[in-house]
Amino acid sequence: MMSTTQYASFKSRPLYGTLSPVSATAHLVVAEGEGSEAVKTLVASASAEFLDNATLIYAKGSGPEDATDAMQALGFKRFHTSATATASLPRLNAALDRLRMGTQIYLTGNESALSLFVKACADAGQDYQGLQTEHHGSLARRMQCVHCKGITENVTTQPAECAHCGLLLLVRDHYSRRIGAFQGVNINAEDPADVPAKEEMF
Amino acid sequence: MGSTASLPKFRDETYRDDFSFRNSEQSVLRAPFPFDKDSYMYAVNMELHQRTGQLNSAFNEPFDVDEHYLAEMRDRALVLDEDPLRYQSLPHMEMAGWDTLELLMTHKSQSYPESFSLTRNGHDWHWINRPMGIDQHFRFGDATTLPYSPLEYITRQAQGDYVVLDERQGNLWMDAGMVTTQADWSLDFDIGMNFYEWHAPVPLAHEKGIFDRALKYLLAVQQSNPARRLNWTMTVNPRLDTSPENFHKWGPENTHVTPENVADKLFLRIELQSFWRLPRSNALLFPIRCYFLSMRDISTVPKWGARMHRVLKTLPPELASYKGLDNFRQTAVDWLSQHDDGQPTTPGAQPD
Repeated sequence: MMSTTQYASFKSRPLYGTLSPVSATAHLVVAEGEGSEAVKTLVASASAEFLDNATLIYAKGSGPEDATDAMQALGFKRFHTSATATASLPRLNAALDRLRMGTQIYLTGNESALSLFVKACADAGQDYQGLQTEHHGSLARRMQCVHCKGITENVTTQPAECAHCGLLLLVRDHYSRRIGAFQGVNINAEDPADVPAKEEMF
Repeated sequence: MGSTASLPKFRDETYRDDFSFRNSEQSVLRAPFPFDKDSYMYAVNMELHQRTGQLNSAFNEPFDVDEHYLAEMRDRALVLDEDPLRYQSLPHMEMAGWDTLELLMTHKSQSYPESFSLTRNGHDWHWINRPMGIDQHFRFGDATTLPYSPLEYITRQAQGDYVVLDERQGNLWMDAGMVTTQADWSLDFDIGMNFYEWHAPVPLAHEKGIFDRALKYLLAVQQSNPARRLNWTMTVNPRLDTSPENFHKWGPENTHVTPENVADKLFLRIELQSFWRLPRSNALLFPIRCYFLSMRDISTVPKWGARMHRVLKTLPPELASYKGLDNFRQTAVDWLSQHDDGQPTTPGAQPD
């Protein structure tokens, strides 16, 4: 339920809400980095039975803090840990493969991690509108270069260089859930000699 | 509709490199000029897709075939050779692909029986496309009997882009398409999006409620009543493939328009969009057919020359920017001014 947002905007840009426990046959919680805060709040507001049928996949992420111990201490029935959101994907995919009917999925972390998690769920046939999401941490973007199709991770500047073909790209707000990335389009195609300065933006 | 039109002689021309594309005089006059008054703003300008009174027009047949047919199909094949992602179909869209194939084959053979023929014997179908030299026996519903998926197969033989929209949850989802003649949007990026999402980059129209009303209209389109609307932008050189994928290659041309070359180098790019409910899949087929008129072509019709001048001159700046006209709008306005006598124009878009 991507219902509320603090990032007003663009119709294709994902909106994130607040995780809140619902009645379900099982619960799959996937968290990255500072998303650990959302997991703590979720568990604190859940009924006593919540954890009995719940799985937590936690990726520490690239930030300085490591909430792995705190996450383990919450007492989820199943707990997997990973170094990064990307590294957590094989286990997330395995969990999605064996998901029981009626399982609620909760996703939290930074913008890039949420992109990856939502894409993994969609690829597994989950309707994105049934997912709960909550954003914590960086707004750094995954960006797809519309020209070479390469994905650049952790884009924080506007414009930004494509890590694959090297073109200088305007990072648009246009977002593809299927690709899990914002669109990057060559910013100085009309005049390659005009090279705008990069600004920290995301 | 359903006359037995004969096709004109196909021009041997290109939409790239030397840009030898030209319109015959007839081709100019039959174009679906998009301006029915002297100014332009977004509107839900939908109407039933029917013939008009005009003897020879792009609206004569449900799927117009014109003198540019073979050149456009050659250009599509070149685009697909370079970038197969321009055709995509999500797995649940195969039935809609067969629906599309049936619709196009049926109408083409009814409209132009000298050029196209379809013979059905149960599921065994025989398709002949004489202009392209194609003679194909296949089994309807069995994709292994065609050289491509049904949607790719038939849209390699039909002018215009084709987007197939799945209907669910009260929305339309762009779940398949053949897109090689687009005004700067990417099927590869937009596939899987809903109606509001793929229109996200369009300025002003969301706030005006245009997309709410358009979606309502489209959801109500029934099999027997296809609809259409016109859209437009401008393109430097008659380049069909103005894709974002290749923007870094064609973008520099946007700065090449001068007062000396504007008449023949700058084109009004008209999109004849139509909307067809498909019978088995209940999907909506959305063909987007592109017509080019150079500024000189437009000036040969006095009413159009004057109107083009007024529309361009008064276009809201954010719309001009979104359409990518900033580099050459003033040059075009200046050139067109000699074709505007300042007198009132007659109602409607057709030539006087």
